[in-house]
Amino acid sequence: MKRLINSVLILAIVAAVIASFAYLGLDLEELGSPTSLKQMGLYVGRFLSPDLSADYLSAILRGSMETLAMSALGTLLAAVLGLLLALPAAGRFGWFFQSAARLLLNALRAIPELVWAALMVLAAGLGPNAGTLALALHTTGVLGRLFAEALENTPPEPADAIRLQGGNPILAFCYGTLPNLAPQLLAYCLYRWENNIRMASVLGFVGAGGLGQMLYVSLSLFQEAQAGTVILAMLVLVWGVDSLSAWSRGRWVKA
Amino acid sequence: MLSADNRDPAALPRLLLTGLAIALLWPGIQLSELDLGVLFHADSQSEMGRFVSMFWPPAHDREFLQLLLKATLQTLAIATAGMALALLLAVPASLLASRALSLTAASRSGRPSLLGRLLRWPVRGLLIFLRSVPEIVWALLFVRAVGLGPAAGVLAIAITYSGMLGKVYAEIYESTDQRPAHALLQAGSGRLASFAYGVLPNVAAELLSYTVYRWECAIRASVVMGFVGAGGLGQQIDLSIRMFAGGEVASMLLTFLVLVLAADQLSRLLRWRLA
Repeated sequence: MKRLINSVLILAIVAAVIASFAYLGLDLEELGSPTSLKQMGLYVGRFLSPDLSADYLSAILRGSMETLAMSALGTLLAAVLGLLLALPAAGRFGWFFQSAARLLLNALRAIPELVWAALMVLAAGLGPNAGTLALALHTTGVLGRLFAEALENTPPEPADAIRLQGGNPILAFCYGTLPNLAPQLLAYCLYRWENNIRMASVLGFVGAGGLGQMLYVSLSLFQEAQAGTVILAMLVLVWGVDSLSAWSRGRWVKA
Repeated sequence: MLSADNRDPAALPRLLLTGLAIALLWPGIQLSELDLGVLFHADSQSEMGRFVSMFWPPAHDREFLQLLLKATLQTLAIATAGMALALLLAVPASLLASRALSLTAASRSGRPSLLGRLLRWPVRGLLIFLRSVPEIVWALLFVRAVGLGPAAGVLAIAITYSGMLGKVYAEIYESTDQRPAHALLQAGSGRLASFAYGVLPNVAAELLSYTVYRWECAIRASVVMGFVGAGGLGQQIDLSIRMFAGGEVASMLLTFLVLVLAADQLSRLLRWRLA
């Protein structure tokens, strides 16, 4: 019986794959034909001589700094807002605030960054500000939920001890709960920052500033040499942030 | 009489770190033109308010629902077809890149010879390159190369996900017990046979659950890729935002949520049945 159900499932998967190709009407033969492959090869070839003139490199540097600032500030804002929302979401202020905060966090998280960016461009105008806000909104949803789970799992005894000695709730949180929690919170922030630098470099496609906007513009103007430089800069930036966050993880998280 | 000690031994490092953080953040605020006030300006608030007030009721006339159904099916088809193409490249590449099938490793306690490691590097490098460019950048490039529409999305997913799947598959082969495969290799079996009988039975469940998880990610990615013109739900969302059609945006976002939830449930079902 189990065998029968499994083979039906596998047949269904195969059918779904065939149906997808049929529905999209992809002409793989034409895509793989020598002429179109040659055209694609020519197109790719134009990226391989990146524009490394001093003027353009300084523009790239500015774009990279903008992207870096967008991702860092977006993550930082999200960490602050996420912690503020995580306190009610972990049930510290009663069930009403708990469900309200969870609903808000889920809604923030469910909408992808790029959709937030398109909405924020409407609200805040073109430019990196919209990108920063979009990253902050989506990341608040993600970090808030992770922080709330961390808060629920942290041992309550140190904070209880301070409360029993007569410390007020804020002191108990700062000195009883936060020190245990800090490495975990930092690890989550670094992980989201690595994600956000990748997102920040593509948010520009909808007009939210940074390297993405430069890539979009140069591709629209058929300046493939410049686009090649932008892609290189993106790779370098992502690699740099990854190694920075790996270093700070080793320095502060594995205490 | 005990007296409270107010000395904080960590004061100086904390002060220095705070100072450093502020010094680094200040140019960042300038560069990102961060201005939270813009959300509370009267005119941008009324602009945003008008747009958001159009969210209710979500658009639900017959013609639009048909369009929505078509876009949703297209999104699903892009994710599925992209995954199928990605597997075509990822499976052979992972077999080539993995150390688990090295003949020399079998007799040298799991360490391949220098030549074997050198020959595996180009494949690993190719996989790194494929996955380090984000899928939406690939989509933007393919839209220029093969034109607007779902073909660009399928190719972009195929390329990025073959890089990710190939790398993770190769690592999964290496993470399992190597002794069955080594025993088979040393007894003279071919590499493919030792993979099929020595490695695959141990790792099949893990491979499957990772593949299903990636399919779920592909659905989310194919929505986002529509924003650069690669078809599906994302392209419709982008169009409706540009036309300030709030009701349409609302019903498409709802569809997207339902789609993600359904994919989540389906992947749970598949993992539970087949794993």
